[in-house]
Amino acid sequence: MAFISRGFKGRRRDPDSSSRVPPGQHTVNDFPVLSAGPTPRVDLAKWTFTINGEIDKPKTWTWDQFKNLPTENITVDIHCVTKWSKLDTAWRGVSVDTLMEGVETAAEYVVAFSDGGYTTNMPLDEITDHKAWVVYEYGGAPLHPEHGGPVRLLVPHLYLWKSAKWVRGLTLKNADEPGFWESNGYNNHGDPWREERYWGD
Amino acid sequence: MARGTVLGRLGWRIGEVAEITAETPRVSSIAIGVPDWPGHLAGQHVDVRLSAEDGYQAQRSYSIASAPEDRRITITVERLDDGEVSPYLVGELRARDKIELRGPIGGFFVWRAPGDRPLLLIAGGSGVVPLMAMIRHRAAARDRTPVRLLYSSRALEDVIYREELERLASADPTLGVRHTLTRSHPDGWHGYARRLDRQMIEDVAWPAQPAPAVFICGPTSFVEAAGSLLVEHGYDPGWIKTERFGATGG
Amino acid sequence: MTVEQADMKLDGNAIGGLLAEIFNMEMTAAEGTCGGCGAVNAVGRVDVYVNAPGTVVRCPACGKVLMRIVHGHGRYWIDLSGIRCLELVEPGT
Repeated sequence: MAFISRGFKGRRRDPDSSSRVPPGQHTVNDFPVLSAGPTPRVDLAKWTFTINGEIDKPKTWTWDQFKNLPTENITVDIHCVTKWSKLDTAWRGVSVDTLMEGVETAAEYVVAFSDGGYTTNMPLDEITDHKAWVVYEYGGAPLHPEHGGPVRLLVPHLYLWKSAKWVRGLTLKNADEPGFWESNGYNNHGDPWREERYWGD
Repeated sequence: MARGTVLGRLGWRIGEVAEITAETPRVSSIAIGVPDWPGHLAGQHVDVRLSAEDGYQAQRSYSIASAPEDRRITITVERLDDGEVSPYLVGELRARDKIELRGPIGGFFVWRAPGDRPLLLIAGGSGVVPLMAMIRHRAAARDRTPVRLLYSSRALEDVIYREELERLASADPTLGVRHTLTRSHPDGWHGYARRLDRQMIEDVAWPAQPAPAVFICGPTSFVEAAGSLLVEHGYDPGWIKTERFGATGG
Repeated sequence: MTVEQADMKLDGNAIGGLLAEIFNMEMTAAEGTCGGCGAVNAVGRVDVYVNAPGTVVRCPACGKVLMRIVHGHGRYWIDLSGIRCLELVEPGT
């Protein structure tokens, strides 16, 4: 019989009977900060967002140009592979569809890359067609550095490691290229509704 | 590496809580009897694992506060209000409860008597715990290596082991203890009353010759600040061993 | 009590148990050479981030990733490619 610590209950984990909570997840009211390295310090005067790779001419926006793009307010549920989910998170940012306007490419995959060296990969059609945004506000305020500010990717239908913090661009690729976590045990796809957490799931 | 540190597979064991002693309003020491405990070195820690009935588990690391010479091991835990494990250990746990742990763990941040160099110990808050194991080990071994502890706490009521440190220091002129209180201090306080700074280090640190051995433990920002001050003071970084406590659990 | 972001960075002492679990040896005193900048540091001295989907170990001198460890579903995935060389003292020496 497994050892039980008398009287230990752990942090209260709301039962995931809600249809909004994927299997194995529990909801939280705070916003946990996860970090694989130091928080990048960003100089907005030098910041750019770039789409490059399998594209005739890379597209780049400065911070001012980026802020002038059409934005959307979105409220979504987010799911972290470390088992917490947060419902109704409110963001403001630019749809990836807006960024990809006018881009002609045969690429089927994309790698999002960030300050500090983080990368994450997806099929291109997982971030187009109203599925992903590049966001710079959370909860009505500028996105805090500890949560990926000034700008992060937001791909709510996949586990949150795909929503790259401190994102600086997207590289369009003909072949899939596993990113930081995907190359070290985490699932290449990462669908929380099918509990695609690790390799082989 | 001395006996008992790397021999055998590191496995989970069940110990029994012998005694719980309140050290400060938020900190308690938990003495645990562990069958077949292999022994430990001052500075090492244990991992404690709590298991709920539904299978949920939480695990945290705690430095061993007791000297290797003791037959029981003692951990000293600070209760963090929004913590998950510490409110259980300091609040719910009681004598005769079983507790699952593994250890001893660590081979870098350790000190063994007899010492061959003057010892400088710098503690931030609950970072004093592994350094206290070193002080207790030194006392039990009747070692007379000159040692100075510089211990930073928020307020007098937060100083852990205060009476024991006074007692040990008054009985042993080769042990020096200096306190600094960073948030509040009582009237008539004779210790320091500010964050660590260059002047404090100049007052307390051993001269750079002969090369001292330094152990710094506490929150990351404290440890990094103390380390930088010592290097500016002329210490070689290689003399300084650090252990960063996080609030990664609590 | 709030966690200061800077305080989320720990050191190799914090993963002493995890490394002993995997390698069946005390590892915090092992010395690693960074494959990026060549700095040599005991594992107890390197920067460790445990608040992530996995454990990330970085060189304190240049920030390059030395190790990544993911543990789940009864498996470990370990990347040591950031370490050029790891020096360990034989147990019992």
